[in-house]
This record gives sequence, C-alpha cells and structure tokens, in this order.
Amino acid sequence: MSTRKNTPLQSLRVLSGIVLITWLVLPLVPLAIWSFAKGWFFPDILPKRWTLNAWEYTFSDTAGVIDSLWITIWISLAATFLSILIGVPAGRALGMYKFKGKELIELLILAPVIVPGIAVVLGIHSVFLFMGLTNTVTGVILVHLIPTLPYMTLVMSGIFANYDAAFEDQARSLGASPLKTFWYVTLPAIMPGIIVGGLFAFLVSWSQYILTLLIGGGRVITLPLLLFNFATSGRNDITGAIGMIYILPGIVILLLTAKHLSGRSGAVGGFGQI
Amino acid sequence: MTHVSLKNLSKIYPGTQMPALDNLSLEIPAGELTALLGPSGCGKTTTMKMIAGLLEPSSGDITFDGKSVLDEKPEDRGAVMVFQNYLLFPYMSVAENIGFGLKMRKADPDQIKKRVGEMLDMVKLPDLGNRKPSELSGGQQQRVALARALIIQPDVLLLDEPLSNLDAHLRLEMRDLIRSLQQEMKITTIFVTHDQEEAVVLADKIALILDGKMKQYDTPQAFYDAPIDEATARFFGSQNFIHGSAKDGIFESSLGKISIPKNIKTGQGALTFRPENIQIQQDGSKDNTFTASVDNIIYLGTQTRLKLKISDVEIDAIVNPREAQGLSIGDQINICLPAEILWKVE
Repeated sequence: MSTRKNTPLQSLRVLSGIVLITWLVLPLVPLAIWSFAKGWFFPDILPKRWTLNAWEYTFSDTAGVIDSLWITIWISLAATFLSILIGVPAGRALGMYKFKGKELIELLILAPVIVPGIAVVLGIHSVFLFMGLTNTVTGVILVHLIPTLPYMTLVMSGIFANYDAAFEDQARSLGASPLKTFWYVTLPAIMPGIIVGGLFAFLVSWSQYILTLLIGGGRVITLPLLLFNFATSGRNDITGAIGMIYILPGIVILLLTAKHLSGRSGAVGGFGQI
Repeated sequence: MTHVSLKNLSKIYPGTQMPALDNLSLEIPAGELTALLGPSGCGKTTTMKMIAGLLEPSSGDITFDGKSVLDEKPEDRGAVMVFQNYLLFPYMSVAENIGFGLKMRKADPDQIKKRVGEMLDMVKLPDLGNRKPSELSGGQQQRVALARALIIQPDVLLLDEPLSNLDAHLRLEMRDLIRSLQQEMKITTIFVTHDQEEAVVLADKIALILDGKMKQYDTPQAFYDAPIDEATARFFGSQNFIHGSAKDGIFESSLGKISIPKNIKTGQGALTFRPENIQIQQDGSKDNTFTASVDNIIYLGTQTRLKLKISDVEIDAIVNPREAQGLSIGDQINICLPAEILWKVE
C-alpha cells in the first residue's frame, strides 16, 4: 500500500531531478568540452581532435585572465565585506526594532532587487563622475553594493527577528565589555546569517556585468566582462575555459555552506520578503 | 557585603506617559535576601535592570554602600543578574558558560577550570561540565545560570523570577539551594517575583510594588498579619473585608459591633482577617460570632474553601476538610472571628 501511495511523489522527485540537471548541469557540459576541443563542427557528437591550447592561452600572461581573476576576487570580497559591515547593523535595526517609516526603509532596501540596475546606474554614473570614482576599482566595489546589500540586509533581518538581545545583557552583567559581548555572544548567534548573506553578496557581485561595465568604463575588467568579450568574438574554446574558472567559486562556496542553506535555517527566512 | 539603596528611582520609557516605575525608595540591608513582589508589568524587572546597569533610570539614584553606581557600566558594577529564562549561551558548554565571567576578567585558564569544578560541585552538577545547555533540564539550566553568576563572587546578586519556570518539587529544592548558597556566601540578593508564595518562602524581607509604587516593605509574616491596605491584603490572598469604623476596641459595621484588639487605630477602614483563621462554632456563645450561610464549598484536598455570606458581606474561609464534612450549600453555620485575628486596613 505504502509504496503505491509514494509512487507519484517518487516520480515527481525523479522529474525535478531531471529538470535540475538539464537546466543547471547540462549547459555546462558543452562549455567544458569546448575548452578542450580543436574545432567541433556539426554533425560531430564529440570533437574529432582534442587540445589544451585554450587552457594554455587562458593561463598565459597575454590573455589577462589571471589578472582579471584577481581583480574580480578582490572586488567581490571587498563588496561582500562592506555588505556585511553595513548589512549586519541594518538587519539588526529592521529585524529587532519598531520605528517610524520602517516599511518605507524596507521598501527602499528592496528596491534595487526590483528596479533594473541599469536604470539606477545611469544616475549614479554622473554622481561618480563628479566624485572621480568612475573607471576605478573603488567605484566598481561601491556600485556592486547596490545589488548585494539587499540580500545581506534581508538575511540579517531574518536572523535578528529570531534573536534574543537579552543574551547581550546577560553577558554585560557577567562582566563582558560591549566588544567582547559582540565577539563571544552576538557573533556566534548571527554567524549562519553572515555566512549565507555573505555567500549571496559574493556571488551577486561576482556575476555583475552591466554595473561593472558602466562604472568601470572598460578600465576595470572583471571575469564576466572578459568572458563576454571572448564569447562575442566567437572563441568558444577560450570562452569555455574561462567559463569553467568563472563558475568555480560558486560551486566551492555552495559546497562549503550547503548546510546553512536548507529551508529550516533561520538564515534564509529573510528571503520570504523577496 | 554590600548595602544597596534605591533613592526616588523612576523610569519612564520613551514614548510612554505612564511611568514603569514611580519614585521607588528602598534600603536593602547587606547580606539579606530581599524580594521585589508585584504583578506582571509593575516595574520589578525594570528595577532589577536598573540596579544591574542594563537600563538607565529616568531619575533617582542607586547606591552600593553609599556610593552612587549610576556612572558605572554593567560590567564594572559588581551586580550580576540571572534572568528568568536562564539565557545560557547555546554555543558554549556548561563549563564554558560557568567560566564566562572569569574569562572576561582575564583569569588564568587553570584557575578558571578549578573554580568551575568547585561551582559545579556546589550546585550539585559535578559531571555535566561538557554538556551543551540544550541537553539539560530546566532545573539543571537554572543551577548552571546560578553558578555562572556566583563564580565571580558578585557584591549583589539579582534573580529574575528564580523559581517560576520550575515545577513544584524542583521549586523547593531550588529554594533551599538559593537560600543556603546565599547564606554561605553572604551576598546581598534581590529577586523579583509575581508569586507571593515564592517571595514568602525565599525572602528575609518583601517589598510589595503595585502600579509602579511601593506599598509595603516588611517581613513576610507582616504581610499576612498586618497588611497596610486592602490591595496588599488582596495580593496576599485575603478577600475578607468588613467596612466600618473603629473606636476603643469596638468596630461598628453593618454586621453590628465587633470587638477588636485595643491597639487598632481609631477611624474609618475595613476589618480584614485571614481566611484560614476563621473558626466554625457549634453554638453562638462566643464573642464575635455570626451566623453565615454557605454559598459554595470547594474541596482542595488538604483544605476546604468555603464561600460564606453574613447578611450581605461575602466571607472567604479555609478550613480543615474534616470540619467541613457534612456541610452542604445553603446551610446556616456559626463562625467566630476572634479579636486577635482581626486587623484594620485604611
């Protein structure tokens, strides 16, 4: 009886597995093959000849991939760090306190997720131009905060909504200074949120294209910009190789933090608002 | 030992009109166990937090041994608060929780380990140091919270509803533990509770706070024998009030003349008496004997509660179940209110 009952559920599970693989993994397969192919033409199922040329080129000095990789990592780490720095106190305010105009502030924080980035960035561009931030890495880091901050703030407000600040009172009463209280009591409690929010912030910054292009003005070349260049110039093999490098941090971070991403974790509760 | 003194302490939370605490003055003798008693939301926990330094008073002063502590941060005050829900740090083991205060004072790790061991023995949890707080029962968590506070040998110990989350037999055990530790370490201890029974069994003195104001500050027994007013008497479980006026050992009321102790002050007021002090009489020969009709009989196991009526005055009596045997609703009985059980409130 029970196995019969489970049959529809099981087949649904298989189906969703197939859909997931087709959407997420399959598109990467030709990319991987391309990076090792020396020409791959219709109607061949696999390339006739293989080569490491694309990879050699990718890692050579002339390609600029390595430089670009470092600058992308730097920008994403800096944007993530700043997001944490701003998002934690902002999330605390939104998650724990009631105050006038809270709904409006929540809406404004959410706005960058709803409004297309390009609409915002044109105005920002003229401000940055005035401040001398265009064409600089600093400018790119700052503009990346527009899409990363909402994620960070929402995750942290979800965490703080379930957080009991009395633990901090208790620590103070037992003799901890405010700094030690944060380090020993608050930080461990909100760590899952910082990990999940930081992961999102990093990946959102990592995949920025338009914002980097407009504010970086072609001087700040991150991996997605480089990838786009090669993709539009028809170099499928190099595109494949860079693409492989490009997806690496996402996979690594995902594997490292998978346990915090389950629906039961308080850290993803804040996404209910999106 | 530290003498704690609260002087005209008030707290008005921002955005509210009503003060959470209104002009409270209290002298808490060194080394004593004092209860702040009052219904929920009467400002007790507010008072505790202000003593601990976790909340700033709107006006007034708090002194330890005559010195104002208002400018001292909570971590420097020497007053430790144990919260009602224990608030054990969930990411630390029991031993780390207990050692937290010493670690914050930069004590030597070996010294911390030794002291934590002593504290665990003291609260009778010798083998639980490596457990996580979530693996402990409520009573065990309470003891860990107590040990965590006592390890730093505070001048003042503040306990927020220390017995309220425990079931009946644990309450007695914890009460004895708190009392013996407090006597042993001679720490000035203040605890808040809404439960008059909890205050009576634990405290040397009780401060009753109603509506943000202190009503009476006295020994537990005085609250039963000589409550200051009707509200205080009601809070301690008396519902018996006969209105009238006293003069020269006689109380004039709608029930006629009642003889009262000579020392009761002349003037208007209400006679009150404990429900358990009422005596059921076979005949009506004694002084202060009234005929009452039985409105209700509630059997409570070790005692029986009778709802009585003398003409239009409702009387609440608690008697031995054997005395109440054979009574039924609607019966007329004779009850005696001996002069020595009577007390007049304003």
